[in-house]
Amino acid sequence: MQDNNKGPVLEVRDLTKIYKRRGQDTVTAVDGVSFSLHPGECLGIIGESGSGKTTLVNMIARLTDPDRGQILLKGREITRLRGRDLRSVYAEMQMVFQQPADSFDPRRTLGDGIGESLRNNGWSAAAAREESGKLLEQCGLPAGFAERWPHEVSGGQCQRAAIARALAIRPSILLCDEATSALDVTIQQEILDLLGTLRRQMGAGFSILFICHDIALVQQFCDRVLVMYQGKIVEEGIPDAVIRKPSHPYTRRLIDSIL
Amino acid sequence: MRQTFLKNREKRPLQKQGHKSVTMYSGMYGGRRHGRRAGSVKTRLIVFGLLAAFLLLGSVFSAQLAPYDPDLQNLEIARAAPSAAHLLGTDRFGRDMLSRVIAGSRASIFSTLLLVAVITVIGTLIGVFCGWNGKRADAVLMRISDIFLAFPGLVFAMAVAGVLGGGLHNAIVALAAISWPKYARIARSQTLAQRESAYLKAAKLAGSSTTKIIFKHLLPNIIGPILVTSMLDIGTMMMELAGLSFLGLGAKPPTAEWGSMMSDARSLMTTAPWVAFSPGAAIFLSVMVFNLLGDTIRDYADPRSRDF
Repeated sequence: MQDNNKGPVLEVRDLTKIYKRRGQDTVTAVDGVSFSLHPGECLGIIGESGSGKTTLVNMIARLTDPDRGQILLKGREITRLRGRDLRSVYAEMQMVFQQPADSFDPRRTLGDGIGESLRNNGWSAAAAREESGKLLEQCGLPAGFAERWPHEVSGGQCQRAAIARALAIRPSILLCDEATSALDVTIQQEILDLLGTLRRQMGAGFSILFICHDIALVQQFCDRVLVMYQGKIVEEGIPDAVIRKPSHPYTRRLIDSIL
Repeated sequence: MRQTFLKNREKRPLQKQGHKSVTMYSGMYGGRRHGRRAGSVKTRLIVFGLLAAFLLLGSVFSAQLAPYDPDLQNLEIARAAPSAAHLLGTDRFGRDMLSRVIAGSRASIFSTLLLVAVITVIGTLIGVFCGWNGKRADAVLMRISDIFLAFPGLVFAMAVAGVLGGGLHNAIVALAAISWPKYARIARSQTLAQRESAYLKAAKLAGSSTTKIIFKHLLPNIIGPILVTSMLDIGTMMMELAGLSFLGLGAKPPTAEWGSMMSDARSLMTTAPWVAFSPGAAIFLSVMVFNLLGDTIRDYADPRSRDF
């Protein structure tokens, strides 16, 4: 899949985020990270808590401003975009958050949240409502869930709705920030199956950046994996190969810990 | 209420031991979580909304409702006890208390609501701006609000009213100038608490502009405590307006205003208590209605506490 004749759909070059705290040491959360995400690929990023995974994905989604480096979406630099230009980026890139229930506005129904990106892109309220029902069905929930409130559904159902919301605008990249971590194992598997089905349906036009701390999930789901440790990428490769022959001490510890 | 509630539920093992705290707990949870209340939120909203609307209408049409001219003096019947002709008695000048209480509702309720509305909107906007943007503007505005909070409120209002001159309008301006920081504080802390929430990030990813995120997502989620504060403030503001009136910086005689009517009646407390009683009761009732309405609006605004 990597030898696609088109360029990478997402490219990150030397991305760095430094947190400065007054009177204390500075913390380099992400330290010169570079990688590419190819069309149709599912790229896993694995690492322990504090290794900078979430900061990295927040910078890619432009929720945090990087201190250095570049983010290129389909060859276009988006590192410093603001306002309307930045909003156009979100038609290509969407995100699924770690805590499903918190990612929906508690004062609005799920359907309202799913249709928001459509309404912002010129859909009428009625058309957006109808589409959010279809999206929910595509994600394995009854269309009637559009009328529900976030506090009325379980974590797994809410995460399905969050995926439906992310898919609404037909993005080419889906960022999953620990999207399965808050769910129990059987629901985790269901969500992974759903993401797998969606990948098959959408083919090369749909890439996933899958942030996770569970190497078993990454092995099962991803085409390629990056191992992050203390803000740096310390290892890269096919998941099976990385698991069989880890080269970095952290990766070795990680694999030993589950065996 | 709690007794009947407990009877209706299957007994828990601990309740048999008659533990006080356990009984209290189960009553507490029962009251809220299971929606076992005197009425649904909607019913309460309608009842208190109607009562508040009734008070408002009364204050708008006070001139038509008052049986006598509220300023008409008649010393022959001064300090008359309540009777069929004067249901709430008369004051020291023989003015009909019922008419004065009705006429006073305009000055008291109307100005208070206007005042609270102004400080709620201004304070909230400043607070959200500070909490959302942070940095220097936040620091400057919050230090200014610190200065206002450091002054004893009424004294500062007196100074402002003194500079601007007397009259109800200036009293409102004076009180608004000292009361906005409270709202700015609440709105700012609420904004800070919510700013990093995933649902706001999700709204940004949905392509919503910052204005839209603030007004459609952030404000509805932080407005609850602000609304309750402003509803509870109605009573305080009524009293402070009355206090300024008492000092001659608010409503001027002979304008009827509940607060100044009460302070007028202080010396008559032993001989003609009804003169103090009627404006006091009017303040008490209106404050209570607006407080209950505030609580209900908070419950209603939160879908989690709605009855389904």
